[in-house]
Amino acid sequence: MRPDLIAFCASVVFLGISLAVTQQKEAAAKVSKSDPSVYAELNKVPEKARVRRNPMETDPDAVAAGRNLFERHCAECHGDTAEGGRKAPSLRAEEVQNSTAGAIFWILSNGVVRRGMPVWSKLPEPQRWQLVTYIKSLGVRLTQPANPSLPKADLTPLTAPASPPH
Amino acid sequence: MPSFTPLITVTVLCVLLCALASPMPSTAQERPYIVTYDHYLEEPGNLEIEYFSTFGTQRGGNDFHAFWVEFEYGATAWWTTELYLDGQTTFHDSTLFTGFRWENRLRPLKHEHFINPVLYMEYENKNGADKIRKEVEGLDVESDFLTPNSEARKEHVHELEFKLILSSTVKGWNFAENIIAAKNLSNNPWEFGYALGASRPLALRASAHRCTFCRENFSAGVEMYGGLGDRYNFGLRNTSQYLAPVAAWYLPSGWTVRVSPGFGLNDNSHRLLLRWGISREFSGFGEMIAHFFRSGR
Repeated sequence: MRPDLIAFCASVVFLGISLAVTQQKEAAAKVSKSDPSVYAELNKVPEKARVRRNPMETDPDAVAAGRNLFERHCAECHGDTAEGGRKAPSLRAEEVQNSTAGAIFWILSNGVVRRGMPVWSKLPEPQRWQLVTYIKSLGVRLTQPANPSLPKADLTPLTAPASPPH
Repeated sequence: MPSFTPLITVTVLCVLLCALASPMPSTAQERPYIVTYDHYLEEPGNLEIEYFSTFGTQRGGNDFHAFWVEFEYGATAWWTTELYLDGQTTFHDSTLFTGFRWENRLRPLKHEHFINPVLYMEYENKNGADKIRKEVEGLDVESDFLTPNSEARKEHVHELEFKLILSSTVKGWNFAENIIAAKNLSNNPWEFGYALGASRPLALRASAHRCTFCRENFSAGVEMYGGLGDRYNFGLRNTSQYLAPVAAWYLPSGWTVRVSPGFGLNDNSHRLLLRWGISREFSGFGEMIAHFFRSGR
């Protein structure tokens, strides 16, 4: 057998093994929605970043734009309605919704690389703030005491642009 | 490498079938560069399949069309691994498969910084007819590509290539610098090269509605790349240098189209390297493969 053929086969086999091993590790470390440690990174956000204001907070289009961005880039891991998926935790959880916009923005920008959350600074800063606005809008239903007919944690998909949080 | 052809075909078909069977396409909003690398890696578990083409002019010989397919997989959030399959057609000569490359990119730092380093390691197994010009290094010049395919293919090249990728993103702009060191394993000296890139999306805010032609779906920039000689002749002398505007279009369906006309900056360079590429990312590919391995036990 030719050496270059052996090298090619070895590369493909190694690639397959690395695929399997890493994915098995990820599956083993499957995100548990009830595990609070998956949100621990939010507590590590530097104070300076935590107190940053969301410049898109009052932009009427920010939630809809953020939802578009979420569907394109985030839904594959966090689920279509951000309730969490196999690879990533719920963004409707209290830990996220009680965090400041600045803290969520910091996590988006820096990722949690060792836990599989990629760095999203590839999106321009205004788009990241639009995403933050959308994520925070998911918590509006959690904190609405005025309408008791809604369940406390309503996980149904939002079908119309929600109002930004006040 | 005629014996490679069936193997390559089977591999490509298997990966394509697996990718098409994976749950859904996704978009990664990558930079428009074709030669330069930035510090963003593939999302974990995702597979991106890319096809690129380069049309090159050749003074004193036949123009060529070189092409390659990339299978880029995000093994983790800090490790991306990639397999390349290269080929070329030299007009009035022949078409042939020219080799493969296996590339790995590692992100050593946990967080985002002003300058973000990524370490790149690649093994190349190709023949002397390879013309994809994915990176330019050493003293390779236009006249090196005059050799007919039947002769050039007899030379076998095993090469290791290392890059230090430095990249920054500031106010929507990305600036990337790649420092290249390559070693032909057949006792040739170390060769050096570089690639620089700057790019920016045409709009920084996303639209409230899904759209195909919105400005935020386009990104443009420029890249410059060339050789820096070898261990004994370091510098720009006798090297080829290129300047290439780049543009990318991210379609909502998940496809990305890139175009880049590259212009030679000195007499050692091809006058034109017209590149274009199309890519699509598939999420959940890794999970599907892992499931396949698990169920096979």
